Amino acid sequence: MSTITVTVNGVVYREEIEPRLLLVDFLRDNLCLKGAHIGCEDGVCGACTVIVAGRAAKSCMMFAVQADGVEILTVEGLAQGARLHPIQEAFTEQHGLQCGFCTPAMVLSTYQLLARNPDPTAEQIRRGISGNICRCTGYTNIVKAVAAAAVKLRGAKASDAS
Amino acid sequence: MRPRAFTYHAPSSIAEVIDILEQHGAEARVLAGGQSLVPVMKLRLASPKHIVDITRVPALDLIRGDDGALLVGALATHEAIENSALVQAHCPVLAEAASHIADPIVRNRGTIGGNLCHADPAADFPLAAIALGAELIAAGRASSRAIPIDRFFAGFLTTALKPDEILTALRIPKPPPHSGGAHLKLSRRSNGLAIVGAAVMLAMDDDGNCTDVRVALAGMGPMPIRAAAAERALRGNRITQAVIVDAAALAPRQTDPPSDVHGSAEYRRTIAPVIVGRALKLAAERAGALL
Repeated sequence: MSTITVTVNGVVYREEIEPRLLLVDFLRDNLCLKGAHIGCEDGVCGACTVIVAGRAAKSCMMFAVQADGVEILTVEGLAQGARLHPIQEAFTEQHGLQCGFCTPAMVLSTYQLLARNPDPTAEQIRRGISGNICRCTGYTNIVKAVAAAAVKLRGAKASDAS
Repeated sequence: MRPRAFTYHAPSSIAEVIDILEQHGAEARVLAGGQSLVPVMKLRLASPKHIVDITRVPALDLIRGDDGALLVGALATHEAIENSALVQAHCPVLAEAASHIADPIVRNRGTIGGNLCHADPAADFPLAAIALGAELIAAGRASSRAIPIDRFFAGFLTTALKPDEILTALRIPKPPPHSGGAHLKLSRRSNGLAIVGAAVMLAMDDDGNCTDVRVALAGMGPMPIRAAAAERALRGNRITQAVIVDAAALAPRQTDPPSDVHGSAEYRRTIAPVIVGRALKLAAERAGALL
């Protein structure tokens, strides 16, 4: 067994775990954060994406012990109380989801994409979310949602600055 | 899918890494970004008893100039290489290969050292490293040694590293003036491994004659290989469309492509000249050739 200390959505957890425990299972079963979904389990679908040390990571492709001492953001950490994060608002308004299985990961990939590139082109959006598979939407409304989120976040930044 | 149980080691120096590897021999595996090893362990294709996480060893991810060459640390991620101004200036073909690996999420964690040591015959970085004539720096108990990339791959998923050695960096010589490179692959999905892939580096003299060329192939055998016949057809000749087409046609010579779910050996032999031809044309244009 190994003891790890991780900060998830601002809360510090100290847990004793088996080294073979995958990060996604740690988040879902030990911490009861069910937003990271288990899809292909093979690193292809991206449904388990969370933000690890500021970078999007497939949480089924790493062991929880690798996250010792690290800060993690999951979809549960985005909204502030009842107020959705601007990316979540944009996905809602643009119908950027149907069944919702890929959505938490899609939202977090968007979070990383817009942090790196606040004003992406449609092509850059498609490349930015290419690690996340959606089998419902055909991606058109997701791309619209990401573009709308970019506008919202740029607006929020501008009003912060003024 | 759950891997078998293992003991986790997180050493903080190369000396400690070597200690653990010496102690456990073939029962230990090095873990870097984990983007190849973790899935292989989940499928139980590999079940190492000891996992040695080297990501807590400092400074193994540095990318820096070294007396005209470029040193790329083994823990440099695909994402870091793709976006490194140093890499883009020194050997853009390495950044190009990085950008063709999997997807942005995998590229955040996957490392060049892990990609090379996994030695997948369909992987992208081995091709760029071969085309660039890189040297791989391996650290062992007593000292470090430099392994020329042409002697690094020893067979299917096998390298020349000893069980108690780790790869610490790649040393990439400065490409000569009037040179250009390109990496291309054919895959079913944009995020997929190559069915056939190629990386080339080509250098010319002032008259447009090919002074040096290296052509590396993926998916054409149990390990990445050079297309020696294609290289011979180019070296010393003036680079023209016709010369490129003739050279590319020789790419499948002395290869042993597999037949699998992604394509038959015959298909790979048919596709290789197309991919190599396109890569050579792109590299020649980037080298300044007027085709």
